[in-house]
Amino acid sequence: MEIQWYIFLSVALFCIGIIGALTRRNAIIVFMCIELMLNSVNLLLVAFSKMQMKGIAAQYPGLATDAQLFVFFIMVVAAAEVSVGLAIIVMMYRNTHSVDINFLNRLKN
Amino acid sequence: MNSIQLIYLIPLLPLIGFLINGLARNVLSKSLVSIIGSGVILASFIISLFIFFEVNNEGFKAQTISYFDFINAGKIKVSFAFQVDQLSTLFLLIITGVGFLIHVYSTSYMHEEESPAFARYFSYLNLFVFSMLILVLGANYLIMFIGWEGVGLCSYLLIGYWFKNTDYNNAAKKAFIMNRIGDLGFLLGIFWMINAFGTVSFHDLFNPENGIITSISAINSPALVGITLLLFVGAIGKSAQIPLYTWLPDAMAGPTPVSALIHAATMVTAGIYMIARSNLMYTLAPTTMMAVAIIGLSTAILAATIALKQNDIKKVLAYSTVSQLGYMFLGLGVGAYTGAVFHVMTHAFFKALLFLGAGSVIHAMGGEQDIRKMGGLSKHMPVTYITFFIGCIAIAGIPPFSGFFSKDEILSGAYAKNPVFYIIGLGGALLTAFYMFRLLAMTFTGKFRGTEEQLHHVHESPSAITIPLSILAFLSIVGGLVGIPEIFVHDGHKLSQFLNPIFSNSNAILAKHEIPHQTEYLLTGVSTLLILITSIWAWNRFKKYQVEAAPQTGFAKVLENKWYVDELYNAIIVRPLKSLSRFLNNIIERSGIDALVNGVGKGVNYGSRQIRLLQSGQVGAYILMMVAGILVLFIIQLFAK
Repeated sequence: MEIQWYIFLSVALFCIGIIGALTRRNAIIVFMCIELMLNSVNLLLVAFSKMQMKGIAAQYPGLATDAQLFVFFIMVVAAAEVSVGLAIIVMMYRNTHSVDINFLNRLKN
Repeated sequence: MNSIQLIYLIPLLPLIGFLINGLARNVLSKSLVSIIGSGVILASFIISLFIFFEVNNEGFKAQTISYFDFINAGKIKVSFAFQVDQLSTLFLLIITGVGFLIHVYSTSYMHEEESPAFARYFSYLNLFVFSMLILVLGANYLIMFIGWEGVGLCSYLLIGYWFKNTDYNNAAKKAFIMNRIGDLGFLLGIFWMINAFGTVSFHDLFNPENGIITSISAINSPALVGITLLLFVGAIGKSAQIPLYTWLPDAMAGPTPVSALIHAATMVTAGIYMIARSNLMYTLAPTTMMAVAIIGLSTAILAATIALKQNDIKKVLAYSTVSQLGYMFLGLGVGAYTGAVFHVMTHAFFKALLFLGAGSVIHAMGGEQDIRKMGGLSKHMPVTYITFFIGCIAIAGIPPFSGFFSKDEILSGAYAKNPVFYIIGLGGALLTAFYMFRLLAMTFTGKFRGTEEQLHHVHESPSAITIPLSILAFLSIVGGLVGIPEIFVHDGHKLSQFLNPIFSNSNAILAKHEIPHQTEYLLTGVSTLLILITSIWAWNRFKKYQVEAAPQTGFAKVLENKWYVDELYNAIIVRPLKSLSRFLNNIIERSGIDALVNGVGKGVNYGSRQIRLLQSGQVGAYILMMVAGILVLFIIQLFAK
């Protein structure tokens, strides 16, 4: 497949993520949107890596898969982040009986 | 050789005297202060005498004694050095000699002052003598400038010595500001000199063997004319010439001995000394010479006419000083350098004498200075009368008193340059004779016109006053004999021979055309005769002076009001300056600068109050802004290429 399809897909995912994070007030949905953005970037990384591999795999066999390795790192870090983020949301619900992010506006003024 | 090594002591001793009297003024008794104050000057005078004998020897060559590097920046090297030659030695003698007599006089004149004020007075006097000696001894223009500023400061301090009187303070400020205007010119002249020649040292500039100025043959080069004119501006301020002379009459607010020392005998001659020192430069700039001569001559005449109608004994002497300084500048301007320096010397004698005599009179009259209220004092104060009489004869220029020789030399120099100068100068000399004998007659002859109480109080002054008067009177009589003109006694002009090494280069360039001896006899005879007639006429006219009730009218009124020069300066300089300052203060300062500064403060305050509302606490809004920011960055990136 041509590279631009991958780019369109990940841009679309990224935009959905941004718009979701901007417009929704439910903390869990905002959180999901952030994950969506992360993964759209992951997708893009893998796609570019695959594209580059065609050209230089013969000369530098090790180099061509570096980007795919990065993706795994990001996934691992994202998993850790998810656990922390969900824990925060749980604590937030316990304290306020709500997951509405606009409810927490004490930084105002 | 040994005595010249001691030259640093000459200014150092008065400085020590100043420090002791100034710092310990609350502790020392009056007699101790007098002894220290006068003693240091006497010691300086004795050392100066030794140096004079050394310098007077055959085969003496001008020396520069260097102590340390004063400024050492790039190509410019200025060392703190003293110049020992004939000119500086002559001035050393005048300053310390006349200065010592005036110190002695002051011990009696200022005796009624409180003890700390008395010590303050003597410390100022010593500081003044120190500054003047630095001015005269300095081996380059920069060291001279230190002394130049120092004497200006001391003049300010001493004019405002009775600082509780507002008028006296104003007079002191006026003197200081007028001097500053001149000093600016002097300073600019020094800068230009550094720029043009790269040095300010007299030795480098005027040395007969390889001096920079000596090797210049171009006459009237722009740099030389500019430098000499700027230096002359400094001399105009310090030596009270048109247009900056108005401070000197006001400076009479100071104690009378101060007027004698600073505003007659020494400080005001600093300008003459400076030009005489730079004579080679001036000789090579005839344009400046002409300006010097014209300004000197017009000052001499203007001040003499004002003196005709003054009634304050010190004011008459002050205007006469301005007038005599004008003569000295005339002498410098026509190239009669020796004559000008000669007149400085004789003037120091007789003008100090006249001022001290006036002080003695004022002392006896209990502070009265108006000569209309004096009269008949000759019976009560014979010594003051006789010495004052001698001073009058000397300043009027009647032979064989000292003023005759010096004035005659200047006038014959003026004749050689341009007979018109001679005629105007002679007119000034006649005016001098007239107002001096008017002063003498009104003060000492006729009936006493003061109050009964004053008449009872009038007495001859104590010996600390009369002895300096007598010594100065003696000097006023014989002082001229060092400069008898060639036409009377062959080889009689000892002063000219003494000063020859200083002025020989200039004299060679000027190549004076000698006046025939017959003409010179005629000139001397005519001027002497006219001066005698004027003196006797003035004497007779004012011998029986009665107070005139009618106010002065017409021209006399203009003269009595000093040609309205102070009023003129007030109208064209002071008042426009005041309204300009008021405009700057009210309009530019208040509604311009203040408004701008306050506006910035108010703007920041208002702006932050508006921007604060953006912090709404809504996380979504923050993220939106962040995204918007990133987008803007992307767009900029996109279009920047």
